[in-house]
Amino acid sequence: MDSTIQERITGFIKEKYESDILSVETPYNFLTINLKKDHIIDIIRHLYEHPEGKFQYLTTLCGIHLPELKQIAIMYQLHSLVNNWRVRLKIYLPEDNAVTPTLTTVFSAANWMERETYDFFGVKFTGHPDLRRILNVEDMIMFPMRKEFPLEDQTREDKQDFMFGR
Amino acid sequence: MQATQTNNNIKLVEKPDGYEGAGFFATSLDKVVGMARKNSIWPLPFATSCCGIEFMATMGAHYDLARFGSERLSFSPRQADLLMVMGTIAKKMGPVLRQVYEQMAEPRWVLSVGACACSGGIFDTYSVLQGIDRIIPVDVYVPGCPPRPEQIIDGIMKIQHLVETESLRRRDSPEYKAMLNKYGIE
Repeated sequence: MDSTIQERITGFIKEKYESDILSVETPYNFLTINLKKDHIIDIIRHLYEHPEGKFQYLTTLCGIHLPELKQIAIMYQLHSLVNNWRVRLKIYLPEDNAVTPTLTTVFSAANWMERETYDFFGVKFTGHPDLRRILNVEDMIMFPMRKEFPLEDQTREDKQDFMFGR
Repeated sequence: MQATQTNNNIKLVEKPDGYEGAGFFATSLDKVVGMARKNSIWPLPFATSCCGIEFMATMGAHYDLARFGSERLSFSPRQADLLMVMGTIAKKMGPVLRQVYEQMAEPRWVLSVGACACSGGIFDTYSVLQGIDRIIPVDVYVPGCPPRPEQIIDGIMKIQHLVETESLRRRDSPEYKAMLNKYGIE
């Protein structure tokens, strides 16, 4: 995407929420704006309702665990269908208290995406209409995409040493 | 008048051991029932992934499971004799598989096809059931990733052997009930 367009999109946020911007980067030429967590829903609504921007399509939403920083990032990817512009917004939540307001008030499509993020990262979306596991078994007690949980099934027997005479 | 052409190549099942004389043949009920069951197993294919594709080849004209009397697939567990589990069973699928097994009428057999159904296979991960024998009893395991149709047929023939030689009273025995209780099945 053209860097002048990227600056314009950043400008849309700066109109009202300049103090919320932590940093702006363009990995693989994809505009990514790191934000403070407090007004994320207001910022997304602002981009949604913006007369020029019209970011009215939520491409995806997911969690990212950053174990070194003890943080969980939430990534929102928006698409302006009218202009064919894309933007990625990121907020950072503390690992031990990952709570953020739900985006379902702006995009209904965020419902299942937030359930998935809850399922895998344990992020609580306050105000979500039905926050429960979506992909994993309901009685699972862990949040498997967090790095402290091992990927492997701990009850597996055929890889143990005695199977190989060790 | 022209004689009707008949195919004389049809291979019939051999009769079981017994006493034969003029106008009578005597054998044990176990053997007759076993022979009948063995050659008309109705399988229920529970295919979730690539092993199911191999099963399709097994049912096709080239390998033709009909030669073993199993061409009639039963998609209702209530009318099936053999549950063929082919493919990765995710933990979320576990209760479904178990319910299918519980709905089958006795006598019932289970064939576990492929590494995933037998042990979890390459999916050593939190979301995959590490072998279906953790939730239902299995009679024959077919290894392979995926196994070739010949191997599946070999597994079916092993099942046929079990069906043929099973005692009619086995399903009423306390050992069998204890085995089911171990899986929490009534």
